[in-house]
Amino acid sequence: MTHTSSYEPSTGIEKWLDQRLPVPRLMYDQFLAFPTPRNLNYWWTFGGILTFMLVSQIATGVVLAMNYVATPSMAFDSVEHIMRDVNWGWLLRYTHAFGASMFFLAAYIHTFRGLYYGSYKAPREVLWILGVLILFLMIATAFMGYSLVWGQMSFWAVTVITNLFSSLDAVIPGLGTRLVQWIWGGFAVGGPTLTRLYSLHYFFPFVIAGIVVLHIWALHIPGNNNPTGIDVKSARDTVPFHPYYTIKDGFALALFALFFATFVFYAPNLLGHPDNYIPANPLQTPQHIVPEWYFLPFYAILRAIPSKLFGVAALLGAIIVLFFVPWLDTSRVRSTSYRPIYKWFFWAYVVTCVMLGYLGSQPPEGIYLVLGRIFTAYYFLFFLVVMPVVGWIEKPKALPGSITESVLGPEEAPPATPQPAPRRRTPEPVL
Amino acid sequence: MTTLPLHGIAGAAGLALALAVPLGSALAADETPPAVEAANHEPSIESQSWSFTGPFGVYDNAQLQRGFLVYKTICANCHSMRLLSYRNLGESGGPEFSPEEVNAIANEVQVTDGPNDKGEMFQRPARPSDPFHSPFANDAAARVANRGALPPDLSVMAKARPGGPDYIHALLTGYRPAPAGFQLAPGMQYNVAFPGHQVAMPPPLFDGAVKYTDGTKPTVDNYARDVAAYLMWAAEPKLEERHKLGARVIIYLIAFAVIMFLAKRTIWARLHGKAAHTA
Repeated sequence: MTHTSSYEPSTGIEKWLDQRLPVPRLMYDQFLAFPTPRNLNYWWTFGGILTFMLVSQIATGVVLAMNYVATPSMAFDSVEHIMRDVNWGWLLRYTHAFGASMFFLAAYIHTFRGLYYGSYKAPREVLWILGVLILFLMIATAFMGYSLVWGQMSFWAVTVITNLFSSLDAVIPGLGTRLVQWIWGGFAVGGPTLTRLYSLHYFFPFVIAGIVVLHIWALHIPGNNNPTGIDVKSARDTVPFHPYYTIKDGFALALFALFFATFVFYAPNLLGHPDNYIPANPLQTPQHIVPEWYFLPFYAILRAIPSKLFGVAALLGAIIVLFFVPWLDTSRVRSTSYRPIYKWFFWAYVVTCVMLGYLGSQPPEGIYLVLGRIFTAYYFLFFLVVMPVVGWIEKPKALPGSITESVLGPEEAPPATPQPAPRRRTPEPVL
Repeated sequence: MTTLPLHGIAGAAGLALALAVPLGSALAADETPPAVEAANHEPSIESQSWSFTGPFGVYDNAQLQRGFLVYKTICANCHSMRLLSYRNLGESGGPEFSPEEVNAIANEVQVTDGPNDKGEMFQRPARPSDPFHSPFANDAAARVANRGALPPDLSVMAKARPGGPDYIHALLTGYRPAPAGFQLAPGMQYNVAFPGHQVAMPPPLFDGAVKYTDGTKPTVDNYARDVAAYLMWAAEPKLEERHKLGARVIIYLIAFAVIMFLAKRTIWARLHGKAAHTA
C-alpha cells in the first residue's frame, strides 16, 4: 500500500546511499514495514512460493544449460549425460523438470485464489492483467522447455503445437503454412527449431522475472486484497509485512518444499510420459500425443471444437478471456465468501477446469468428446455470462465492518469510527 | 482473541493435508511410470516385488550382477546400451563389480580407436572408460540382421515403457502359443505383455541358458527378473543416491517446517496480546 516511508537511515553508508540510490529505503518500506492486512489466510502464501519457484527454475536451468547441447543428435544424449555423469546432474534435472509442475500447481492455486477473492477488481486490474501475462509466458516457457529433452513426446508435441498456426490457412490460404515454416526454420521440425526453442526457453524466464517485478509493484500500490475483500480502513487492520508475513510465508514455503522434495526424490518421473525416454523419431508417431498435465484443460478445449481454426481460437481465448475478468465481473463485493449465488458457479468453474484436465488426457471420442464440449461451453459461459449477470442480480451477504472486526469479532472491535479509508496514511510502527 | 491462532493452525493443517494427499499414491508408484492403455489388445503386466521400490529401496548388487550376465550373454547379441560405459559397472549403487572384474569385462571386447600417428584406425581391447560396444554398426545393419525389425537400445528402456521393470519381466516371460483365431504376421511371436500381442523378438530366454554361480535357480523367470532389475539400474543409476539424499532432505525440511510453525505461532501471538490491550 502506498504509505509514507518510516525508514530512518542509521549508519553512515545508509545515509550516503539514501541520497543517491535509496535501495535500503525501498527494501525497508516495501518488504519490512509494508502494511499488510492482518487476515490473509494460507492461500495468500502462494505468491511467495511462486517467487521461490521462479528462482529455483532459473538457478537449476542456468546450470543445466551449461551441460545441455541443443542439436537433434545430441539433445537426448546430453540430457542423459546430465543424469549420469554431471555432478548432482540428476538432482538438477529432476528439480527442474518436476519444478515446472510445482510452478504450475502454485500458479493455478494463486490464480484461483485471486478469482475467488475478487483480487482482480478495482483498483487491482493491472495487477491481475500482469499476472495473466505471466501465466501466458509460463505456458510458452514450459512448452519450449519440455521440447528440449527431444524425446518422442517432446518432438511430437512441438509438431502438433507449431502446426496449430497452420490453421491460419483457413483465413488467408498459405499464410499459416508460411508461418509454420518460418517458426520451424525449415520444412519440418528439426535442428533450427530446436535451437530457437532453446534460445527462447532461456530468454523468457527473465522476461517473466521482469513482469514479476511489475506485478509486485502493482500489488504495492493498492496493497493486498484480503479474504473479506473489504478495504483497509485503519492501521489496526494491517500488520507490518515483516515479521508477520515473512514468517507465515516461510512456514508455508517449508511445507511446499517438503511436498516438492518428496516427489523429486521419490517419484521424479511420476508426471512424465514414458515415451519421452525414447529418443525423438520423426518417422514414428506415438499412439497418443499427450501434453503435460498443466496443459490438459487447454488441450481438451482445443479438441472440443470441430474446426481447427476455431479450436485454436478457443484455446487462445481460454487464456485471453482472463484479461477481461476485471470488467466482466459486475459484482459490488470482491470476495466470493459474501456471494451466495456466484459461489456455486465459481466452484462449478473449478470442477470444470479439473474435468477438462481429465478429458484432455483421454482420447477425443465418444462420451469424452461430448463431456469435453459441455465443459468447454461452461468454461466460457462462466466468464461471458455468469460473471456479468450474477454480479448484477445477486444480493451479497452483509460484509463485516472492518478487517479487524472479521478477525476479532464485533464485540472486541473498538467503537465504530465512521471515517473513510485514507488514501495515504502512516503505517503502524514495526514491532 | 484465540480465534486467529486456531484459524492459523487450521489453515496450515488444511494446506498440509491438501499437499499431502497425493503423496501416498506417489510413494506407491515410485519409479514405475503410470500404466497406459494399449490400443486394442490389453497387455497383461503383473507387478513384481523389487528391492529398489519404496522410499528406502536399494538395488540388490548380486541381482544386478546376474542381470548383467543375462544381458551380456543374451540381450547384447542384438541390443545396444550406448549410454552406459564399462566403468559404470563398478560404480557404487550399481552391480559394483570390482575394478579387476570391470577391467576384465571391458577387455573382452575389441573396439575401434584412432587414427594413430600413421593415420590409420586400429582395434584395441576396450577400457573401463569406453562406452558399451554396440552389436551392430548402425540401425540399417541391425534391421538386416533382424528381418527388418530394429532391436531398441536398452539404456533407458526401464523408464521408456509403461510399467517399467514390471513390463520387461512380463515381456520376457510372456511368450505363449497364439490363441486360436489370432492372426499372427509371418515371423512374429505371440506375447501377452506386448501391446497388440505381436512382437518381432523371438523368445530370448530358456531355462539354463545362462549359468548362475551363486545358487540362484537358472529359470526364465529368474533371468527375466534379474535382467529387468539390471535395466532399471541402467536407466536410473543414481536411484540409491537419490533415495539416501532424499531421506536427509525430508528430515531436514520436516524439522525446518516445525521450527517455522513454532516461530510463526510465537510471532503472531504478540499481535493478539496487543489486540487485547487496545480492545
